[in-house]
Amino acid sequence: MAKKFHLTLNVNGEHQELLIDPRRSLLDVLRNDLELRGAHRGCDSGDCGACTVILNGKAITSCMTLAADCDGDSVITVEGITPADGLHPVQKALVAEGGIQCGFCTTGIVMAAIALLESNPHPTEEDVRDGLAGNLCRCTGYKKIVEAVLNGERK
Amino acid sequence: MVIGQRIPKLDAPDKATGRTVYGHDVKLPGMLHGRILYSQYASAKIKRVDVSRALKLPGVKAILTAADNPPTKFGYGKDNTPIKGDVVRSFRDEVAAVAAVDADTAAEALDLIEIEYEPLTPLFDVRQAMKDSAPLIHPERKSNLFQKYKYSHGDIVEGERESDVVVEADFELPYVAHAAMETSVVIASFDHRDHLTLYSTTQIPFLLQRDLAEALGIEGNDIRIIQTAIGGAFGRGLDIYPYEPIAALLARKAGKPVRISFSRHEEFLAAPMRQPALIHARAGAKRDGKITFRDAYALLDVGAYISWGSVTPLVMMETTASLYRVPHVKFEADCVYTNNLITGAVRGYGNPQSTFYTETLMERLAVALNMDPVDFRLRNANIPNEEMPQGLIITSCGLKECIEAVAARADVGSQRSEVGSQKDSRISNQKSEINNQKLKRGIGFASTLNVGGGARIYKSDGCGATVKVDDFGHVSLITGSTEIGQGSETILAQIVAEVLGVKVEDINVLNSDTDVKPWDVGVHASRTTFIAGNAAHIAAMDARKQLFETASELLKAEPESLVTRDGKIFVNDSDRSADLAKVARSRHYREGGKVILGEGWYDPPTKMVDKDTYKGNISATYGFGTQMAEVEVDTETGKVRVLRLVCANDVGRAINPMAVEGQIEGGAQMGLGYALTEELIVKEGRVMNPDFLDYRLFTSADMPQIESIIIETDDPQGPFGAKGVGEMGGTPTAAAIANAIHDATGVWLTQLPMTPERVLRALEEAKK
Ligand code: FES
Ligand code: FES
Repeated sequence: MAKKFHLTLNVNGEHQELLIDPRRSLLDVLRNDLELRGAHRGCDSGDCGACTVILNGKAITSCMTLAADCDGDSVITVEGITPADGLHPVQKALVAEGGIQCGFCTTGIVMAAIALLESNPHPTEEDVRDGLAGNLCRCTGYKKIVEAVLNGERK
Repeated sequence: MVIGQRIPKLDAPDKATGRTVYGHDVKLPGMLHGRILYSQYASAKIKRVDVSRALKLPGVKAILTAADNPPTKFGYGKDNTPIKGDVVRSFRDEVAAVAAVDADTAAEALDLIEIEYEPLTPLFDVRQAMKDSAPLIHPERKSNLFQKYKYSHGDIVEGERESDVVVEADFELPYVAHAAMETSVVIASFDHRDHLTLYSTTQIPFLLQRDLAEALGIEGNDIRIIQTAIGGAFGRGLDIYPYEPIAALLARKAGKPVRISFSRHEEFLAAPMRQPALIHARAGAKRDGKITFRDAYALLDVGAYISWGSVTPLVMMETTASLYRVPHVKFEADCVYTNNLITGAVRGYGNPQSTFYTETLMERLAVALNMDPVDFRLRNANIPNEEMPQGLIITSCGLKECIEAVAARADVGSQRSEVGSQKDSRISNQKSEINNQKLKRGIGFASTLNVGGGARIYKSDGCGATVKVDDFGHVSLITGSTEIGQGSETILAQIVAEVLGVKVEDINVLNSDTDVKPWDVGVHASRTTFIAGNAAHIAAMDARKQLFETASELLKAEPESLVTRDGKIFVNDSDRSADLAKVARSRHYREGGKVILGEGWYDPPTKMVDKDTYKGNISATYGFGTQMAEVEVDTETGKVRVLRLVCANDVGRAINPMAVEGQIEGGAQMGLGYALTEELIVKEGRVMNPDFLDYRLFTSADMPQIESIIIETDDPQGPFGAKGVGEMGGTPTAAAIANAIHDATGVWLTQLPMTPERVLRALEEAKK
């Protein structure tokens, strides 16, 4: 067993201190230690985007990020952007426009879209398609996802 | 009216917020992590298995070897066991399994298991496997040929004699993966009575109950299947696969719940793939533009064990025999064992394969006849109310409307400037099109025929439903059907809401527990809207009858004069009403009282195909569709860019147009991949590209503009006129793109996916 690492994280605005195996990914720690299951494991190799969370303001694949490398950082997950009552505008648009089928990719897409809109508040269709190219979806064909992100911004 | 509305999926808010519980999220107290050890060889004898070192590893709770196998074999071909004992027949063969306190310990334990193999000569080539001299994959069978299919109608010789033009080609089709975003997962747990509960992503909960009982040597009534939210399936869950009995056996041995969740790599190795096919096909037509015959032979590699890959010829022959009106047809297929991967059901199930050769041959015929491909297709299109020679009874049919609808879009909104000239060149001498321009644009068409009213491949094609209205007026639909993301919950709720006059979001749909829900075959063959929809409709009508019976007393009116609206029961043309809760309570709280409980069971009026002739009306109705692809081919790099895909589909009636579009657009993503990028490269039995970096799905950036046109034909037997649509989206796409590439460049592609290398090679050959 490797020596445990003392990890300090701010997750969704809450201070967290954990003792973890330093080889573990941020995704693993979020899902299993913090019981935040909104980030999903689709590949564990950085290729699908299902595990996307926002780390210090940037969308990242949490499966490819060592938790120990995030010491002192701030992480926002889908649980963190969901209002206590109702939905975030991006979530609302994805629901209303039919951008969700099986939903396994959805939370990653929500986080990627929020980060995208943060850095580019008025994206073109091209921007959205390119911005979400790291988030695979096998169900929807992306059309309604792209429309939702564009419309969510307009509304 | 909630039928025909773009109603968001009922389960979407939970999915958007991460509240949905998928199989990967299920954690039971004391749950162990299971891992499977796969074979090091594609074909070998197992000489020795030593698990002693692994057993000593702290945290290991159980190890499974072939000695733990129940005595019976399982699977469609009754040729499989959970762990393989004396021989391994493919790299995906399970040779041992471990349950441990965490995933890392389980993985470590696998490394400590020693297996000694004696390699045998493997058999990877399906043509070799057909030879008499080939070693037998399953020595207890006399041949590697698992099954031969022979279908015919009319007389091929006569068809050929009548033909003015005949075209033919050889086709080569690849392995393709479902690539659902959630990998396969199962959790097995025994209770104190030794009853097994299986948390599963299966698409066939009731058949799995039966198959698992057989595989484990226990009774079906000792098994309860709970379906978790399913992160995509696309046919993956239509059979029992070894990891399911392995999880159960590990759970029993360890005395604790066990979860097995596949890694992505494992998913690309061990989940059942779309089978590769070698096809030779011919077709003919008369100068007047009538097809005369079709003749196809398919050689299918089903892998080392039999699953649904061996039954896809049933669908292939349906397309070959009945897409368009063809008087003379012959179709034969051989399904052959090799030391390759297991092949199974993948969305479209044989249809993308057969539509590729059928529709590219249609295009070749049009070219040979010097006829517009749209006119040619219209001349041969299926028509409503016709029994096909194969026995399919076509009732509603909008194929002509689909062809016309996409053709009408050929000249509209096109990104290319010279549409007109290209369109003419499409029917002129193709060779002259290869000129000096680097980028060539073209358009291509292809249609599809798909079962739309179930598919009777078992004795029952039924589904049950119960509609309950409680004391508070709350409505629950308990349905046998399964939600895999496609939206069945919402569609079925719309049907019930329409009948009972309540809001869709006020209906709770329960569909995940075999101890609760009535029987259903499973979610396959685009059947759920039609079959489960009819069952839900019957149950809702039954509940409404009970409500009307009591309401007629309360409102002092004849039941025939009552209508449902806004959560109430009204006397027609008046404002006298009673709400559902009041009616339900009045019926309940009285002497001899009853609760509102509507029952529905629907099994369509169809037949299993005859086992010798393969004829019969397998589905209660058929769906049709046509796609038009517009492509740009870079003749220097061979890269094909799809600019636009226009899809028209006859769906009977769109209960929820947004959900229909979702099926078409999502299907198109798979069809585009099949056409251009997706190929599981299997070399000497080994998967060479088991990750999304090398197995390329279309991303949001790759997608062309997709336009979806809904054609409504109001099916006489469908719920509110609807028929199935789930698989049509991706079926004709590869053919439409191949035809567009031909239109652009004059070359025919016959191998999928149409990668830049293959396109370049075809262009080079055409220059010679
Ligand atoms: S799970 Fe992290 S990118 Fe796929
Ligand atoms: S909705 Fe299923 S993967 Fe995107």
